Amino acid sequence: MGDWGHILLGVLASGIRLATPYLYAGIGETLGQRSGVLNLGVEGQMLLGAFAAFYVTYRTGNVLGGLLAAALVGLLMGLAMAFVSVNLQAEQGISGIGFYLFGLGLSDLLFQKLLGTVDSVRGVPDAVIPGLSDLPVLGELLFRHNWMVYGAYALVPLAWFVLNKTPWGLMIKAAGENPHAADSLGVSVARVRYATVTLGGVLSAIGGASLSVGLLKIFQQNMTSGLGFIAVALVYFGGWRPVGVLLGALLFSLVNALQLWVQVLGLPIPADFAVMAPYVLTIVVLVIVVQRARPPAALARPFERE
Amino acid sequence: MSTRWQQRGRDMLYPLAAAGLAFLMAAGVLAALGASPLQAYAALVKGAFGSRNALAETLVKATPLLLVGLGICIAFRGQVINIGGEGQMIVGALLATALGLAFPHWPGWVMIPLAMLVAMMGGAVWGGIPGVLKAYYNVNEILSTIMMNAIAVQLMNYLLRGPMIDPVQAQRASQIPQTAALAAAYRLPRWVPTRLHLGALLAVVLAVVVYFLLWRTGWGYRIRAVGHNPHAARYAGIPVKRYTVLALVLSGAFAGLAGMVQVYGVNYRMITDGSATGFTGGAGFNGIVAALLGQLHPLGTIPAAVLFGALLVGANAMQRAVQVPSALVTALNGLVVVFVVSSEYFRRRARKRRLLQQTAASAATAVAPSSPED
Repeated sequence: MGDWGHILLGVLASGIRLATPYLYAGIGETLGQRSGVLNLGVEGQMLLGAFAAFYVTYRTGNVLGGLLAAALVGLLMGLAMAFVSVNLQAEQGISGIGFYLFGLGLSDLLFQKLLGTVDSVRGVPDAVIPGLSDLPVLGELLFRHNWMVYGAYALVPLAWFVLNKTPWGLMIKAAGENPHAADSLGVSVARVRYATVTLGGVLSAIGGASLSVGLLKIFQQNMTSGLGFIAVALVYFGGWRPVGVLLGALLFSLVNALQLWVQVLGLPIPADFAVMAPYVLTIVVLVIVVQRARPPAALARPFERE
Repeated sequence: MSTRWQQRGRDMLYPLAAAGLAFLMAAGVLAALGASPLQAYAALVKGAFGSRNALAETLVKATPLLLVGLGICIAFRGQVINIGGEGQMIVGALLATALGLAFPHWPGWVMIPLAMLVAMMGGAVWGGIPGVLKAYYNVNEILSTIMMNAIAVQLMNYLLRGPMIDPVQAQRASQIPQTAALAAAYRLPRWVPTRLHLGALLAVVLAVVVYFLLWRTGWGYRIRAVGHNPHAARYAGIPVKRYTVLALVLSGAFAGLAGMVQVYGVNYRMITDGSATGFTGGAGFNGIVAALLGQLHPLGTIPAAVLFGALLVGANAMQRAVQVPSALVTALNGLVVVFVVSSEYFRRRARKRRLLQQTAASAATAVAPSSPED
């Protein structure tokens, strides 16, 4: 295999790895949106999750404890978002921006106050799968990632199964498509939305943790830099289906990986334009995809019993 | 007549109470970090209003918030959620700076208005793209404006490190991403010795203009009608798509102007630090917060912008006094947004209750005369 083969393999492998945070956040957001709630605070939840996981791991040396802390923070943030959008029926596009600013500010504040300097942790260990990891090409591509990467990909069929093969999935979709009909059939729209938005909060925070203690092993102020917003866009991209979100996440992380390699290889493309590429792509793709897929009918509409 | 003002006064209570609650929660965060909330807030107030210079700085910080906030009033009234203030500010500032640097020998009274116009056009285009995408291609404007922010930041980083970099910086190892200084004639007049510049006054005047635009012109009426009920507006013959685009174009224009004012009024060059909010200082987001607290009313946005300007200036004093990083202000702004949007619920409920009471009361008086016969 020549040099270019190695580079291509490297790009693909890091693309598969980099899809991890998009997947956690995007799948969580898919569940929320299918039930009718647009959670725009994903970015803030990810930042707080990333910080909580890093801080606990750094202090105790226990990654599992760190992930648990992230999950707890995500749970609280998700509950708050659910309360504001379900009980108080607040405009979701705006309250989400509030949660984003809150997460951005608080994670920065706590980082400066409690840690101060950028340091690294050992983080989530790689799970080199015996046997399979020695396969040529495929081994490096698929079987030498850390545990959180596998977890993210496992979420996709799981979410598909929940949405399409369980009564709970039916309730989620009913709450998002026609909450009044769901209500008259005895489904508690409020309870369903609480569940999906809270679960979404947990998954977003875990997604943030997958970045801090999983992929990069550090925490930095505003380390997600828009990733959470792209995850929300991926839900539109994916037509509100888990498999669609997976395809979108892969496309984005590949463009991201390519962008990093462009910089590493010193190709004559200004780095800023390379960094810009995923965002331009998001807009272009939104234009194309939105023409075909239809959002849940009650998306971002508060439900009130008559 | 007085009932209308009573009503308005009652309506103001909800966002104010919500903001108060947000400050209370931030006080809780301060206490949890081992800092005295009272001491922190006292330092903050003193830092923001304690001297003529402090007050001037507060108004300097409030200016871009007000300008962005005015645009937000227009957009949100048209039910268009413009989160793209950051990018629109950047593009407006880039164009205005490029113009001023390209033609350094014009009289100030020619260049300054021209730069304002160019900046507004830049912001309008950056806001107009998501506007067209929303109106004609059904693309969610929240997402597209956020993406446009990221694109503008990279564009700025590229230009300020490359083609537009200060020749002096290009020679040095530091390579600070900034442009050369504008000609002295192009600086907005200042209230010496402070940094308070003409842009602050301009922003207040524009607040009045936006008020008239929204409530006294056909354009404003139709933007609000589309925001209130797009189906009814369409039925009434208003070209809904065109007014959706217009709301974002105008919104972007004000943010673009905010960017120009930062360059021509404060730094006299465009400068950033490589981070996303390096140039704007987050004004594109904080302007949204100010407009929301100002109840999406241009005149209400004036005091709200001053409040958030004060927070930004006072935060540094607070950081020195109780060693709590000024990032607290970002978190606090987030809480204000969440609480203010949530407070709408209580206001709606109170209004509904009042209406019910009124109908009950009028029904009672209508029934009352017949009751003695029973």
